[in-house]
Amino acid sequence: MENLIVGKAYVLGDNIDTDQIIPAEHLVYSTSDPEELKKYGHFALSSVPIDKAGLPEGGKLFISGDNYQSEYNIIIGGSNFGCGSSREHAPLALQVAGVKVVIAESYARIFYRNAVDGGFLIPYEGTEKLNDKIKTGDKIEVDLIDNKIKNLNSGKEYQLRPLGSVYDIVNSGGIFNYARQNKMI
Amino acid sequence: MGMTITEKILAKAAQRKNVVAGETVWLNVDILMTHDVCGPPTVAIWKKEFGEQAKVWDKQKLVIFPDHYIFTKNAHANRNVSVLRQFAADYNLPNYYDVGTERYKGVCHLALAEEGFNVPGTVLIGTDSHTCTSGAFGMFATGVGNTDAAFILGTGKIWEKIPESMKFTFNGTLPEYLTAKDLILHILGDITTDGATYRAMEFDGEAIEAMNMFERMTLTNMAIEAGGMNGIIAVDQVTRNYLNDIGVTGYEELYSDKDALYHSKFNYDVSKIEPTVAKPHSPDNRDTVKNVEGTALTKCYIGSCTGGKITDFQFAAKILFGQKVKVPTFIVPASTKVAKQLDVETINGITLKEIFVNAGCVIAESSCAACLGGPSDTIGRSVEGDVVISTTNRNFPGRMGSKNSQVYLASPLTVASSAVTGKITDPRKFL
Repeated sequence: MENLIVGKAYVLGDNIDTDQIIPAEHLVYSTSDPEELKKYGHFALSSVPIDKAGLPEGGKLFISGDNYQSEYNIIIGGSNFGCGSSREHAPLALQVAGVKVVIAESYARIFYRNAVDGGFLIPYEGTEKLNDKIKTGDKIEVDLIDNKIKNLNSGKEYQLRPLGSVYDIVNSGGIFNYARQNKMI
Repeated sequence: MGMTITEKILAKAAQRKNVVAGETVWLNVDILMTHDVCGPPTVAIWKKEFGEQAKVWDKQKLVIFPDHYIFTKNAHANRNVSVLRQFAADYNLPNYYDVGTERYKGVCHLALAEEGFNVPGTVLIGTDSHTCTSGAFGMFATGVGNTDAAFILGTGKIWEKIPESMKFTFNGTLPEYLTAKDLILHILGDITTDGATYRAMEFDGEAIEAMNMFERMTLTNMAIEAGGMNGIIAVDQVTRNYLNDIGVTGYEELYSDKDALYHSKFNYDVSKIEPTVAKPHSPDNRDTVKNVEGTALTKCYIGSCTGGKITDFQFAAKILFGQKVKVPTFIVPASTKVAKQLDVETINGITLKEIFVNAGCVIAESSCAACLGGPSDTIGRSVEGDVVISTTNRNFPGRMGSKNSQVYLASPLTVASSAVTGKITDPRKFL
């Protein structure tokens, strides 16, 4: 696990469900073919209503043109991030698009498990609501040692909740690495 | 301190005497279920992680139902089914239910019940969020992603945090204008889409005891819509009779202790609940049918694991008998068994199928179909500008197809009544 992640924030509202993260019609692509995999990045967050895409103003597409990678690599969400279906394609799509970390008020259980066990991205919880304090495009520094983030535009710092019982799995890079390190498999 | 039914099942699966909410345990899994959307990536991860020597931990315990994208020309979707077919052939898997054969079942959650994989006291994990449906059989059932499923495929194990339990008690006799769907939409309005996150939702009370297994499955099915880890209803004579009819015996009945600790308890008098809808774009955006009555519709949809069971069509047929629909109305039996039952079940000597055909409905083949949008040629898929009322489980933006469509969720009685008028309509008008 890296100690510091620096990047641009993409801010979303509450209840970002997995149909918004990766619409069901795109779940047909292979997850093991490197070329097809790019489609998941290309369609990441493509069903977020345009007025809620990239808060506070909205109207900011996560992926532009034919790209499969986003200019944003840190997502700031609200409550119940990743609710809805169990599709692991959701954290996968965000990872393919270049997202390293999501910071939300809270997560739906399956998305959280998938992010951790699949080693796709780091799902942090804030200790306060952040999607009304950080703007899409703000430059953010995430400190994974001290569990805090700094908005480099405003200079403000915010504390994050430690990863707790899933830290070891996140640090291993997923459940399979964790199980191998602990001689479970 | 006593334990809840969920704690008891998880303690048993963790080979422990007792467990407490909040602790993390490793569980032995009794059944792993997957389907055409999540099965292929699960198999790919399993092969990559376990290598060429990858072994299925227990072939009898692996169940695969292609059901999501079945009747489509989409080449990628059809390739997914081919991947599953090859996997089943390569490993000689007994519980694969192939498309285009007599074995094809339709939607996994109903098929699990029909085929006898729902066994009280056991742990069932599926690569589908609505796996919680099986909890209606007094068992622990929950959804996971592909990595967790791949781990189970090789080891038979999964880690879980023991959930706190919430109890929902429904007192009184359900009036004829209400169904289980109204009750679960009512709960969602009260606790919202994250009101049960990481918790068990336990249902009981007179109104639940009086319900058949299919209606109970509608309740447990939508536990995930509140963020619930699982939904659960303890075994009673209704459960025993259903299982006995399909030859499932020798299971363990577990019950919550009287002094079990709950996160919260909710009590409802069903006589005070109104026919209920969830307005766009969230299952917790609750309102009474009365308050939205008259909303003009472009499509009606009766189907899915939530609202495509035989009981859902019995409710709908009661309303549609001798009527004509005013807007395109789709009837999508969840399973092939339900599709056959439409030809057998009757009202006043007329089969349900005839009632639907005479009313002008479109009857589709069994699959998940437009509940989750699906490929562009999916029957009943919503298009730009659509206003749909549906018996399905989710109305997130774009869930049924176009993100520029609006979806209302409701009971089969309300959807059928609305189909007759072309506008959202209270079922009491027709009962």
